[in-house]
Amino acid sequence: MKRLILLLTLLAVPTSLLAHPILGFPRHRGVEPLTNPLYSESCGECHFAYQPGLLPARSWKKLMAPAALEDHFGENAELDEEDRLAILKFLTSNAADTTWHYKRSIKITRSLAEDEAPLRITEVPYIKKKHSHIPRWAVQDNRKVRSLSYCNRCHTRADKGAFVRAEVDIPGYRNWADLF
Amino acid sequence: MKRYAGTIAMAAMILTMPLAQAADNLVPQMQAQYQSEGAGDFSAERGQQFWRQKHQAEKEPFTRSCESCHGTDLRQPGEHQRTGKVIEAMAPSVNAERFTDAKKIKKWFRRNCKWTIGRECTPQEKGDVLAWLNTL
Ligand code: HEC
Ligand code: HEC
Ligand code: HEC
Repeated sequence: MKRLILLLTLLAVPTSLLAHPILGFPRHRGVEPLTNPLYSESCGECHFAYQPGLLPARSWKKLMAPAALEDHFGENAELDEEDRLAILKFLTSNAADTTWHYKRSIKITRSLAEDEAPLRITEVPYIKKKHSHIPRWAVQDNRKVRSLSYCNRCHTRADKGAFVRAEVDIPGYRNWADLF
Repeated sequence: MKRYAGTIAMAAMILTMPLAQAADNLVPQMQAQYQSEGAGDFSAERGQQFWRQKHQAEKEPFTRSCESCHGTDLRQPGEHQRTGKVIEAMAPSVNAERFTDAKKIKKWFRRNCKWTIGRECTPQEKGDVLAWLNTL
């Protein structure tokens, strides 16, 4: 009996380490589903509020520069200075390259050279590659999607930080997973 | 007793709900502020003209107006011209949340005026637009 308990403890220690939020090795699968009320109300009105773990800090810095916000992909996303700084801090301190326990963030960071700072998540090589098979008619020419930028129109649990093939539902074209 | 606990809790919630919901329409307050910044009397008619006025831009879409995203019937939801995202109705008579948050009004006047007409709106223009929207 004593040996059994010993054995169980020995087994339990490494498993608890595996699930550990920082030391853990098989990390969480998605990106960290962080939310912040100021961020959601400032950056979530035109598209879903992208999780900070979808881009490295150097990209967020470029996106959040005052001149960049004034011409934000052709739209105006200006903020007052206080909010801009608070959001910049939220984004950079939780960026993809600050995370070690969320698989998607790590893949995003690894697919970029250290001096690369894309302004778009959809231009990160890892993300680009994952979507390279999807035809135009399902994205740009699909009135219900319009652009790959609107992750949550296809990824049904994007707001939870979950980007998994099996949970994709392209509006108007069901069951993507069965199609290919 | 336990059986009714849920019902009582519900009743209490329903009774207190209107108290929690009522948010003030801030148009008079905003207009007073615009006047302190130099605006004169406000006119709903001028506001309506301003709202419908079309402006030329250097980039696509070349023709822009407040209607590009808010639509022509302000009692109905609009659609963001680029992203397609639904924008709730602007008329306070159908959307009681309109003009209840000063920070929001300020933020969107800044973004939308610059995008639509290429500069910030003057205090006079803002007061006129709000005067008109508040009649809807
Ligand atoms: C006024 C509307 C609007 C607001 C507000 C806004 N965005 Fe955007 N954003 C857009 C549009 C439009 C695009 C481009 C979509 C496309 O290309 O189809 C975009 C694209 C992006 C992208 C790139 C998405 C991609 O293609 O990978 C990021 C990142 C982004 N926005 C972050 C932000 C952040 C951070 C904020 C808050 C400071 C913000 N946005 C606020 C309209 C907006
Ligand atoms: C048009 C619908 C659509 C949009 C919009 C979209 N995706 Fe996808 N995404 C897919 C599909 C379909 C797949 C699966 C592709 C495959 O396996 O061939 C996928 C796969 C992925 C994967 C890999 C999942 C896995 O199981 O390997 C990630 C990560 C991802 N998307 C992230 C994003 C992000 C971030 C955005 C927004 C910037 C986005 N996607 C926008 C449809 C979409
Ligand atoms: C490019 C799209 C677009 C255009 C053009 C546009 N708006 Fe907006 N407007 C929005 C969005 C998005 C919101 C925020 C979403 C919401 O309030 O439902 C908004 C909100 C507002 C608000 C805040 C309302 C509130 O509840 O406090 C005001 C005021 C406003 N717009 C005025 C204008 C005026 C004036 C113009 C023309 C000069 C204009 N808008 C043109 C997209 C646009």
